Amino acid sequence: MREKATTLYLGPQHPGITGNMMIKLKVEGDTVVKAETHVGYLHRGFEKLMERRNWLQSFTIVCRICVPEPDPNELNYSRAVEEIEGRTVPERAEWIRTMMMELSRLASYLLWFGGQNGSSGLYTMPQWSVGDRDYILDLFEELTGGRVYHMYIWPGGVRRDLPDGFADKVLQTMDYLEKRLKKYDDLMFANTIFQKRAQGIGWIDPKKAVEWGVVGPPLRAAGIKSDVRIDDPYLIYDKLDFEVPTQTGSDVWSRALIRRFEFEQSISMVRQCIEKMPKGEVYNKIPNPMKWTIPAGDAYVKAESARGEFGYYVVSDGSDKPRRVHVKGPAYVHGVTLLERILVGANIADVSFIMNSLGTCPPEIER
Amino acid sequence: MAFFDIKGLVTPFTALTQLGKAPHTVTFPYHKKETAERYRGLHYNNIEECIGCGNCSTICMNEAIDMIHVDGVEGGKGDSGLRPRVDNGRCCWCALCVEVCPTGSLNLTKEYIYVTPDADAFLWTPGVSNPEGKEIISFNSSVETSLGMYNRIPMPELEGKERVKSFAEVMLYYSEEEAREEATRCISCGLCTEVCPAHMHIPEYINAIAKGDDNEAIKIIYDNNPLGELCGKVCTRRCEDVCAMQVRGDAVAIRWLKEYAVGRAETADIIKEIVNPEIKEPNGFKVGIVGAGPSGLTAGYYLALKGFDVTIYEANKYAGGMTMYGIPKYRLPMESLDKQIDYMKSIGVKIEFNTKVGKDITFDKIYKSHDAVFVGVGFQVPYKMGIKGEEAVGAFPAVNMLFDVNNGKTPDIGNKVVVIGGGNVAIDGARVSRRLGAEVTIMYRRRVVDMPADWEEIEGAEHEGVEIMPQTIPVEIITDENSKVKAIKYLKAEMVADDKGGRPRPVPIEGSETIMEVSSVIGAIGQEADYSFFTEEALKEIEINRGRMVVDENMMTGMKGVFAGGDAVNRTADAISAIADGFKACKSIEKMLVK
Repeated sequence: MREKATTLYLGPQHPGITGNMMIKLKVEGDTVVKAETHVGYLHRGFEKLMERRNWLQSFTIVCRICVPEPDPNELNYSRAVEEIEGRTVPERAEWIRTMMMELSRLASYLLWFGGQNGSSGLYTMPQWSVGDRDYILDLFEELTGGRVYHMYIWPGGVRRDLPDGFADKVLQTMDYLEKRLKKYDDLMFANTIFQKRAQGIGWIDPKKAVEWGVVGPPLRAAGIKSDVRIDDPYLIYDKLDFEVPTQTGSDVWSRALIRRFEFEQSISMVRQCIEKMPKGEVYNKIPNPMKWTIPAGDAYVKAESARGEFGYYVVSDGSDKPRRVHVKGPAYVHGVTLLERILVGANIADVSFIMNSLGTCPPEIER
Repeated sequence: MAFFDIKGLVTPFTALTQLGKAPHTVTFPYHKKETAERYRGLHYNNIEECIGCGNCSTICMNEAIDMIHVDGVEGGKGDSGLRPRVDNGRCCWCALCVEVCPTGSLNLTKEYIYVTPDADAFLWTPGVSNPEGKEIISFNSSVETSLGMYNRIPMPELEGKERVKSFAEVMLYYSEEEAREEATRCISCGLCTEVCPAHMHIPEYINAIAKGDDNEAIKIIYDNNPLGELCGKVCTRRCEDVCAMQVRGDAVAIRWLKEYAVGRAETADIIKEIVNPEIKEPNGFKVGIVGAGPSGLTAGYYLALKGFDVTIYEANKYAGGMTMYGIPKYRLPMESLDKQIDYMKSIGVKIEFNTKVGKDITFDKIYKSHDAVFVGVGFQVPYKMGIKGEEAVGAFPAVNMLFDVNNGKTPDIGNKVVVIGGGNVAIDGARVSRRLGAEVTIMYRRRVVDMPADWEEIEGAEHEGVEIMPQTIPVEIITDENSKVKAIKYLKAEMVADDKGGRPRPVPIEGSETIMEVSSVIGAIGQEADYSFFTEEALKEIEINRGRMVVDENMMTGMKGVFAGGDAVNRTADAISAIADGFKACKSIEKMLVK
């Protein structure tokens, strides 16, 4: 007998997501027949705020666009401003920026390991991975002075050089994380329960993936080797030795594996940065920030964040404030349009599980 | 993979091995985390070093910082007397306040508040609320990391060897690009405005220059200074002494920027077109001004704009007073002064040249034929040195020589000149003598650091080959049989600390007497005013104290309707003070007659 459809409101607070967002589900029995995403719980109007703040003040806002992974915002904003202004960045700063980006990716994946398992009821993993993430936050604190919001990469380079002994601490932390990854394998990737939960769930049609605007790990999990770091190298990624893993399953499991392999790659990249980093200046000073104007022009820059291609479009009208800053993050596509599509037919229990596998970040949808 | 993958079911249980291990990130009982060396925690402000410029408050995009009065902080020159107060509830710990602090007094510490039930705990005055903060400074400010632009754009100038060949202007002044960059250094704190006698709108016109709007800058300058270019070239620039940037670097070149802006207007007509002043309809009142120096010209200009019928009586052939006759042309060229005065004439200021009050026209007549009189006669009469041989041929005051040279004459000074004094007039006398081809030595009683002259002038003199002999006291000018200067006898002095806490005094060293052969001796130890033009009745009412006229807060002397300003009134004796006096007198005259 066909069951009568009911409406279920998931969220705005629910496990498996960093930030608040609600999904209105139409369910028949345990099966979702329609999903409608509702955002707006986190709207802080960052893009608009920046139009009233000068070029330097705006730099301190952008990191807040994504809490778990603020650094790509800082990087993109800075690179866009540098591109319009024609400001060069010292080479050492480029290496430090790359190291920051990879550390940020590691921290983001650790948080994601926690979220993905938390949303499937495996609660030991979040305790471990979020705890281990703190060791990376310790590094951030030592380097930048802030644990979560670093406000470190700014137009012209980075704010401060590495403190004494920092490189050794980074290498020690990388060794530790590499060791821990084996434990994660035991707990998560070799765990039959997790495998059974993840395989075949949240399938994205690989033929449609590009058309739908899927990016990052979900796209690579669909067998498409797409990564800004190799497609359109920025910073010093062309000088690093790394691989971009792909999978073909296009399900939650494949996406988990992609992140698992990329975790290893990032550890290797951080080590390479520490080893190969040249000496020198880290900052090409901007003029007095109160009188700093950027010539009229615009720039679009993109970077590979832990969740996929992350773009910034910045327009200057020649004044001391941005005319427009537009943030193109992966979460809008993943968390709104894609999610509504792939939730159809899913089990209610899998909704937040699928959502997490896409790396949805509501604050970035609403920026 | 089989459905029942035994290994995959068992391995997760290896997590149980963690049970016996110590926790990583949580310790009980709770103890506060030791933060990193660079942690961005609560603010600490060194109250002594802070100058209250408010730059931290300006950059703070969260409006978490406001500037307040703090007990025990008085303020004064170069210190607004305000100190930042931080609402940590609004702070986002971006530390931009630290990065833009020009003095480096504001830093972040390792301290943080994790949670507190006391809401007021977050609102405090750094350095006052947490004096112990200086022990735990973490995210700090240094000249290397600060966003302050501490280095001044060097002013292009003529080579010393080139300079002495002519009276061509020494300073070549900023190009457009250099001026824009120099203007960008200003943080608009306004400490300069406070000490400027005329309270010129310095941050505003510098901002206009930085934005590339020179015309706007000119308009702002002319708002309360009609001799902007003059000040741009020769101002004593007390503004630069208090500039926030000079605490850890070079002061913003406020004077040169002013010169740059006004210098854009090449003729009087262009100035008029740019300033485009509103000239009020004639109001029927007449004002007479004695002396076309900076104070008289300023009063005349603003009075004319307000519809007064202004006549300036000037004893000499040209206007400008001491800036015309006392300042050498390599500092202030004739054309520059002409341009500024032509502009004033064009808006209706009348100047009667070659009309010496007291000789060509009586003061009484001026007083009776005008509704108000402004006296800006300046200090023209040089002090005597009071040493033997002062009356000899070849011994004369610097102001007289400068007057002659600026009038196109070439005084015979011979080839070896001694200038006595340490002020700007002495330096002017020395540098002019170099241009007349003489070897020049400056004799000054105290040390070089004690010289009241502008340090840039002293440096300029040295570059041009002027020798400075500090701690030297002339005692006699030796003459030959024709009463002409032959040599100078002097003593060396040692500096003795003053018991009363004043500056050290020079005391002659016994037996240090030396004789130097010279062809001329130029005295530059100060000037005074000549009040002989006043009628006896006027002098009964006008009080003169230590050579200066006494005025009330409206710049009015004891004689009703007679106002005064400039060197003959104020003690600072510089052009900008004279301009400020003229401006103030104009307002008072308007208040007395119109309102």
